[in-house]
Parts: sequence; C-alpha cells; structure tokens
Amino acid sequence: MNIFDIVGPVMVGPSSSHTAGAVRIGYISRKLLGEEVHEAEIYLHGSFALTGKGHGTDKALIAGLLGMHTDDVRIPDSFQMAEEKGMKFFFETADLGDVHPNTVLLKLTGKSKRKLEVMASSLGGGRIQVNSLDGLTVNFCGDYPTLIVHNQDQPGHVAEVTSMLSHKSVNIANMQLFRSQRGADAVMVLECDQEIPKESIAWLMHLEGINKVTYLSLKED
Amino acid sequence: MGYISLTEIEKDIRIKKCEYWEIILQDDMKERMVSAENSLKEMQGMYQAMKQADKSYEGRRKSSSGLAGTDGLKIEKANKTGKIISGEFMGHVMERAVKMGESNACMKRIVAAPTAGSCGVIPAVLLSYEKDFKMSETRMIESLYVAAGIGCVIAKRASISGAEGGCQAEIGSASAMAAGALCYLRGGTPAQIHNASAIALKNLLGLVCDPVAGLVEVPCVKRNVIGAVNAVTASDLSMAGVKSVIPADEVIDAMKNIGRMLPCALKETAEGGLASTPTGQKIAKRLSGK
Ligand code: SF4
Repeated sequence: MNIFDIVGPVMVGPSSSHTAGAVRIGYISRKLLGEEVHEAEIYLHGSFALTGKGHGTDKALIAGLLGMHTDDVRIPDSFQMAEEKGMKFFFETADLGDVHPNTVLLKLTGKSKRKLEVMASSLGGGRIQVNSLDGLTVNFCGDYPTLIVHNQDQPGHVAEVTSMLSHKSVNIANMQLFRSQRGADAVMVLECDQEIPKESIAWLMHLEGINKVTYLSLKED
Repeated sequence: MGYISLTEIEKDIRIKKCEYWEIILQDDMKERMVSAENSLKEMQGMYQAMKQADKSYEGRRKSSSGLAGTDGLKIEKANKTGKIISGEFMGHVMERAVKMGESNACMKRIVAAPTAGSCGVIPAVLLSYEKDFKMSETRMIESLYVAAGIGCVIAKRASISGAEGGCQAEIGSASAMAAGALCYLRGGTPAQIHNASAIALKNLLGLVCDPVAGLVEVPCVKRNVIGAVNAVTASDLSMAGVKSVIPADEVIDAMKNIGRMLPCALKETAEGGLASTPTGQKIAKRLSGK
C-alpha cells in the first residue's frame, strides 16, 4: 500500500470498495488473462452480493474486464459496451467461504480460449488483493509487475525462475510459494520492481514441469 | 509506506530533523522508486482533482436513487445570506463536505480520501482553509502528505473500509487525517498533529456503517460534514494544548478492535442501523422494485 492508495485514487463514485475496487479487480483479471475477455462467469460473495447492485459493482467489474480504469466516466455504460464488443457475461451470488466480505470469483475465457479463474477481494480505498488463481492460493495486490508460475512441486523450478530474473536484471520485491500438497501442483508468485521481457515469459512456458505461466504487466496494451 | 506507527514517524522527524511531509515524501520515493518531483506532481494532481470536483458540483443533480443531491445548494444559500451560526469558516467546510458527498453519489469523478464514501472530509477542510486563510498551494500539497502518512498508518494498523471496520474506519479515518493536516498547516508540532488525529478519531469510535439500501448516500453524505467539522474542532483543541490521554496509535488499535467486534449487520451490509429502520427498509424496497 502506498500513499496514493490513501489519498486517491481519482475515481468515479460512489464506492471505493464496491465501485473502484471492482473496476480494478476486473482490470487486473483481464491483464492476467492476457487477452480480450470472451466470456465471464462472475460469482459475488458477501457484501458484494448484498449491496453490489446499488454501488454499480456489476457494471464496475465489467468495465474493468473491458480494460477501463477507475476514473473512466464510461463505467456506468459498461454493459452496453460489452454487448457491442460481443463479450458474454453472467452474475450469480455465491458463498465463497471464509473470505473477505467484498470478494468475487471470476471464471474467464479469452478470445483465443485461454481460461483463467481469479478470486479477488476489494480491501477498501480501491485497494485489492488476488486470493486465488485457478483454485490455488496466492496473495498479491496488482501494484507490481507480477509473475505467477504454476509448476509441479519438484526441486529446481524456483531456481530456474529466479536465475532468469537475475539474468534480465529484474529485482524481486516479494516472493511466495504455495502448493496443494507435496509433489503435486505448486504455484510461485513473484512481485517484481521491473517489467519482465516477453521472450523470457515465453521461455518459461516451455520448460519441463512448468504447467502455466501468468504474467501481470503494468504497461498499457 | 514503511511506517507502521505514528510514534515511528514522530521519532524519524526528530532524528532526521525534517518536516513531517518530507518524511512521508522520502518514504514514498523509496517505496515507489520515484523522484521527489514525480511524487509531488502526483500529489498536486490529487489536490487539483479535489478542487476540480468541488468546482464541478451540480446543484440540481440528483443521484439515480433520488436520495442524494441539491443539499449543497441549500447550504451555499444559507452561507451567502448569513444564516449559519457556526461561523463563516465552518459554514464553508459544511458546504464543501455535502457538495463532494453528493457528487460522489451522482457517479461523478472524485478523489477517494481515504475512500469514496468519505471523499468530502479532507477537501472540505483543506480547500476551505486554503481559501479563507490565504494559503499557498505548495503548503496545501505538503499537508496532503501529512494526511496520507496518518491514513497509511491507520490502514496498516486497523482498516479504512466500512465493510471491515464500520464507518469509524471511513469517516473516522478521514477525520483523523484532516485534523492532522490542518494542525500541520497551523504550524503544529508532530506531537500536536498526532494529538489532533487521536482526538478526532476518538470522537468517532464506534460509528457504524449502515447505509440505507446499501447505497453510499444516506447517511454518508451528511457524515462527511461531521467528519470535517470534527477535524476542525480537534485541531482547535490540540493547538490550544488539550491532550488526548490515549496516544494516537492506541486509539487506532482501539478502532480496529471495535471494528472486529461490530456485527456484520453494521458493516456495510445494509442489514442494521439506519438501513433497517422502517423508513430505510421502505426506501430499499422501493428501489429494488424499480
Ligand atoms: S456509512 Fe458506510 S458507506 Fe457510508 S460513509 Fe460510512 S462507511 Fe462509508
């Protein structure tokens, strides 16, 4: 969290947690998917489910999925824009378990059929946290270029990733490792101070034992 | 931000012999790896966006629910015709707080500080102070760093979200930030600044989040007024030498505890408090039937 999360963002009202935070969750999810969203199944939990409509949470999520920022005055018209772009979506309420009250699960399919499941929470003041990707626990806020690697839980993968980053002079700000169980699926999340070159991401994808690579770039497309 | 307590900030100001805002600026430069110029420019952008939002208030506009709007105009008129008894400056503070709250409800562009629901508190105090006391914009931007530093510590130690901590976390935090910033502008010491924040936050402890129909309109718009006015009086008390018995960091921790103890019904779910009054429910029913 930095000082401009507290004084800021400049945003379209009415709610920083239910409107701006939701735009950001949509935006980050679209970036993580890495391509235009073709279809979105959206599950609203807790306060998002209860008061989301009055705050325009639904419109805000769709606006974010369309690539809009929190201060975009077109946010109220996002449904119509999605229709024009041929993006399909539906909303449902769901109990996502013991999570933050403002939590949403997005099941996304991209234009080229790439799939991604993102669960994220809006923490207040427009700040968000991504809690899980494709069902595996993660924890990052989307403020840094973030690399997420799904791999088999076996020795060597962390070293492969970190040495690639050091080779490209990318400094790691935060790093977390998660796994479902020993020897099964694992995920590493690396929040970086610099952007990672595209070819390095592509190189990672082809390594043995790496199942999926997702990258959040902060650059505009 | 690197600081997790106001005590730490106070200590660093003493050690580095810097102004309050410089300490927060330096921390931002380190954290986001930006130059002083960039950070200052961004903060100036926030201040100007507040000014812009204040100026672009539309007095005849109503929110889509019809619950919020046009009250800013009424206070403006009362101010102009000398009908406000709480003093000229306070009249301006109230007017700006309501106007900003209404703009937010009407889906206009505002600056969340710390949240959209509480977006009227800080600009109401700061924009009015700049105008009525002829301050330079440079000083105003410095005071925003002070507000941001205090707000960051509150967010770290407790919360700034109504859904998590109730309205004390939104209007209460905004009020504490504004009180500190105002003390800074009045030449207060770091201790006086934090003391003002402590007093402001203490006064709003326990405030629940109970928006009617779940919309950031009732009671939110008018709560911006109490947040702003409370900030001004807290700064007056602190500048006069009145001390908060409980130190600021501990007040923030108390706010966190209270937030935890508050039932979900009083944390933005619109299931308790004003939202569950007969009138509140009637409004909610009418809106959902639309
Ligand atoms: S009542 Fe709730 S929504 Fe309204 S300003 Fe307070 S915290 Fe925000």
